[in-house]
Amino acid sequence: MTYTIETRGLVKRFGEVTALDGLALTARQGTVLGVLGPNGAGKTTAVRILASLLRPDEGSARVCGWDVARHPHEVRRLIGLTGQYASVDQDLTGQQNIVLVARLLGFSRSAARRRAAELLGRFGLTDAAGRKARTYSGGMRRRLDLAVCLVGDPSVLYLDEPTTGLDPESRSQLWDIVRGLVTGGTTVLLTTQYMDEADQLSDDIVVIDAGKSIATGTPEELKAKTDRQTLEIQPADPAQLETAGKLVAELSGTRPHVAGTQLRLHVNDLALPGAVLRRLDEAGIEVMELALRKPSLNEVFLSLTGHQNRHEDPATATTEAAGPAETAEPAEAAERSRT
Amino acid sequence: MSASATAPVRHRLGLVTTARHCFSLTGRNLLHLKANPGEIVGFVFVQPLLVIALLVYVFGGAISGDTATYLQYALPGLIVQNSVMSVLTTGAGINQDMSNGVFDRLRSLPIARIAPLIGHMLGHMTRVTAGLLMLLVAGLLQGFEIRTGLLSALSALLLALVFGIGLAWVSIAIGVSARSATTVHMFSGVLSLPLTFVSNVFVETDTMPGWLQAWAKINPISHEATALRALMSGGPLGTSVWWTLGWAATLTAVFAPLALRAYRQRVV
Repeated sequence: MTYTIETRGLVKRFGEVTALDGLALTARQGTVLGVLGPNGAGKTTAVRILASLLRPDEGSARVCGWDVARHPHEVRRLIGLTGQYASVDQDLTGQQNIVLVARLLGFSRSAARRRAAELLGRFGLTDAAGRKARTYSGGMRRRLDLAVCLVGDPSVLYLDEPTTGLDPESRSQLWDIVRGLVTGGTTVLLTTQYMDEADQLSDDIVVIDAGKSIATGTPEELKAKTDRQTLEIQPADPAQLETAGKLVAELSGTRPHVAGTQLRLHVNDLALPGAVLRRLDEAGIEVMELALRKPSLNEVFLSLTGHQNRHEDPATATTEAAGPAETAEPAEAAERSRT
Repeated sequence: MSASATAPVRHRLGLVTTARHCFSLTGRNLLHLKANPGEIVGFVFVQPLLVIALLVYVFGGAISGDTATYLQYALPGLIVQNSVMSVLTTGAGINQDMSNGVFDRLRSLPIARIAPLIGHMLGHMTRVTAGLLMLLVAGLLQGFEIRTGLLSALSALLLALVFGIGLAWVSIAIGVSARSATTVHMFSGVLSLPLTFVSNVFVETDTMPGWLQAWAKINPISHEATALRALMSGGPLGTSVWWTLGWAATLTAVFAPLALRAYRQRVV
């Protein structure tokens, strides 16, 4: 199978710092590849190499079959780049920004104006067309940035942390735009440090840390990979929490963790919930709720990288701190690779 | 296969396409003027008029005895000084583009690699031209006489522009290599002082100490000012035009490759 985006063993060093340490990733045509990783993991360096702005020290990167280092011009014909670093000209109006890029791509003056009007309309910027980009809100600027990228109908789009710093409404607007583009056949590489963003948009995810890929798969596969499902049991009478906890401990061999009026337990054995329910029933403990929950991507991320993603909200972060003792092997591997 | 061992395949764009990219980006540079009308007013009106008023009316009497004589001596030099100061700001705009991500956007497009630099340069040279013409017009209004002929006076302006292109490469090299806009401004400032003041732009050089005269004699600005004076007011042209063109060629030959190399290697 040929991939639209494919890197092998990418290495990039900046002096002493190794930004990429043998990164491999692939994206299929017409899908979203989410590149998930903490700050400094190497996401932006990877995007810059794939956009022909940086040359890798080792390894190869291909876009639609073209080697990025050898055929940068061909690659530039296929890609659109938006994100943290590539940016619109703040002193030009939204309309002028789009017309400029259209002219550079060979549009005639009138075709460039038509294209600008069309894209501005599509991204809800018609009213702001004549205003300098400097006066735009964060969300408007990202939309303009995206509009500028799409002038030449790129078949591959790089979105480098497209929603960092945006309010929730602008975020979901941008997500909708990305979904629309993918439906139209565009291949998207999206870097993000937000779990929910990767979960919402990606067909495939590659988790990177310290410049290398530490896990790949669909969001579902990644969640399944950390085989820690959580069993949550809530007795109807909170006074019975302790008795119930003992019974569960007898069955499973580990003491459940008490969180409010709930018992929580990491389980691998899928027969356990049924057994627990029967046992509690026999003991006359009425169960109000019993649920088996898959881990959130955030938990997956934690167990893979061994460190907390800084951008998650603190409430969910505490739940995860519940099981640090069970942190799986990959985390240790990641630790080692950082030293 | 190691990627670093394989050089990129150079994609030669036609001359027409390259020129089109350069002009589109020149247009973008000039749109900045429209976005900041203050810049037009400052560059094209206030600066020339203020410079003439200050130098000619404040210093004129003291240096040459009367203001009219000094205006006739100084205006060609002021045109030179104005173009030098203005050309040296080219690098600042380029540096700004590099730090705010505009260059990354441009470099990710399938356009001629050199177009972003040339766009800035041509945009700046357009401003320089407007400034020169304004200075000349302002000077004429105050009583400056072109004693040679219109063609000769226009070739004087053309000479100033050609030298300006040579000097623009110096500024571009600084702009591409510097880490911050502040560095660019500092370098340009430091560079412009010995160039314009230690020359015959404002005064004859024979009262300067010997070591300073030595520099003033080879200083391209002195030659350029001499050439412009001769082309506008008459008088001996000597080798000044050749010196000026030679300097323009030398600066281009040295600094254009430096600028392009730094531009290609720049990784932010």
